[in-house]
Amino acid sequence: MINKISPSVEAALSGIHDGATVMIGGFGGAGQPAELIDGLIAQGAKDLVIVNNNAGNAEIGLAALLKTGRVRKIICSFPRQADSYVFDELYHSKKIELELVPQGNLAERIRAAGAGIGAFFTPTGFGTELAEGKETREINGRQYVLEHPIFADFALIKAETGDRWGNLTYRKTARNFGPIMATAAKCTIASVHEIAELGEIDPETVVTPGLFVKHIVKVPRTATGPAGFKTA
Amino acid sequence: MSEQNTIPTWTRDQMAARVAADIADGAVVNLGIGLPTKVANHLPSDREVILHSENGVIGMGPAPAKGEEDYDLINAGKQPVTLLPGGCYFHHADSFAMMRGGHLDVCVLGAFQVSVKGDLANWSTGAPDAIPAVGGAMDLAIGAKKTYVMMELRTKTGESKLVDQCTYPLTGIGCVSRVYTDVAVFDLGAGGAQVIDIVEGLSFNDLQALTPVKLTDARN
Repeated sequence: MINKISPSVEAALSGIHDGATVMIGGFGGAGQPAELIDGLIAQGAKDLVIVNNNAGNAEIGLAALLKTGRVRKIICSFPRQADSYVFDELYHSKKIELELVPQGNLAERIRAAGAGIGAFFTPTGFGTELAEGKETREINGRQYVLEHPIFADFALIKAETGDRWGNLTYRKTARNFGPIMATAAKCTIASVHEIAELGEIDPETVVTPGLFVKHIVKVPRTATGPAGFKTA
Repeated sequence: MSEQNTIPTWTRDQMAARVAADIADGAVVNLGIGLPTKVANHLPSDREVILHSENGVIGMGPAPAKGEEDYDLINAGKQPVTLLPGGCYFHHADSFAMMRGGHLDVCVLGAFQVSVKGDLANWSTGAPDAIPAVGGAMDLAIGAKKTYVMMELRTKTGESKLVDQCTYPLTGIGCVSRVYTDVAVFDLGAGGAQVIDIVEGLSFNDLQALTPVKLTDARN
């Protein structure tokens, strides 16, 4: 019998090794799998490469992981935010490597990894310093930059409902990077707030088919908090 | 600069209303973070305009009432928003496919500089110790059918942000077709900078004195 439901966060994350590349879902606070990140901090893997849109807010979640000093490099589009002081300090003291990627290229490079695409030409970034040194080509009169996939060993994502085959639904804009990261990692671990019986999730509404998911773990529902901007 | 204080300007709300007036019924629009966000407040009520936000929502509605915020439903500025009936959610690769694939009609962005050829600089001032952050700026710049910029014509120290050649790091090349400023509206393209509107009380010659870019008077 297939059963991807893990008894605990600890069990779900036990395979994460030193030096792993770990994708972490979320755009600001929405979709950030806080319990899985806390679990990764407790688990202790180090020398990590993290892929996320941002570089953490305040001192919780991803920022707390960075603060442990176990992240060697971060691949993201928007590290600098009103409350990203943990990253800012690490970056200025050269304790973390940054690969800055335009947000759409980040998404498409992750998608390409999951979809078996060797590389792709995109117009985004052409002629800018973020395309320096990259192969370019004119196609049908337009200029493009060659971009390569981003693969991961693990993806930690936040979903809404899951079943024992690993099928997932998401909630509102918390979906963001979850579905594509699930496809690009060798091992995807999803937190869910509800576990459904097989067949209980309307098959027309499954967003991530279970084959992309290795483990799901149920965590208590807590309201997502504000992140990434200065509150008035 | 006293001269700067005495010339007539449009307020930020008037600028937003000026942009909104040019957005057609039925258009799908992405409003960038900052000043462009104001455009949403000025869309004429007799037009149906669909707002897209690159974090994965289309059919975005206004900010929720105090106490009703749901931080799983946010915009690209990470502020809480609402969803209108007919709106929906999608993942990031789909969201940027909408943009890169040319499915959005208009994108309105802020800028540090825009060149007369439509080059855009809006993601970095190139300061050596600044932490670089690009987000969706480069995707937004080149994706929509039309990319508009909304900015004050001059910096706080009086330099023109409409330039012959951008000196800040580029976001996109030849991507901006129209610039809405606090004193005039410019169309950019092969014909150079065409002035299509000027704030009341400012002459064309007064406007030309504010920028080194050679302007053409194209007002009807």
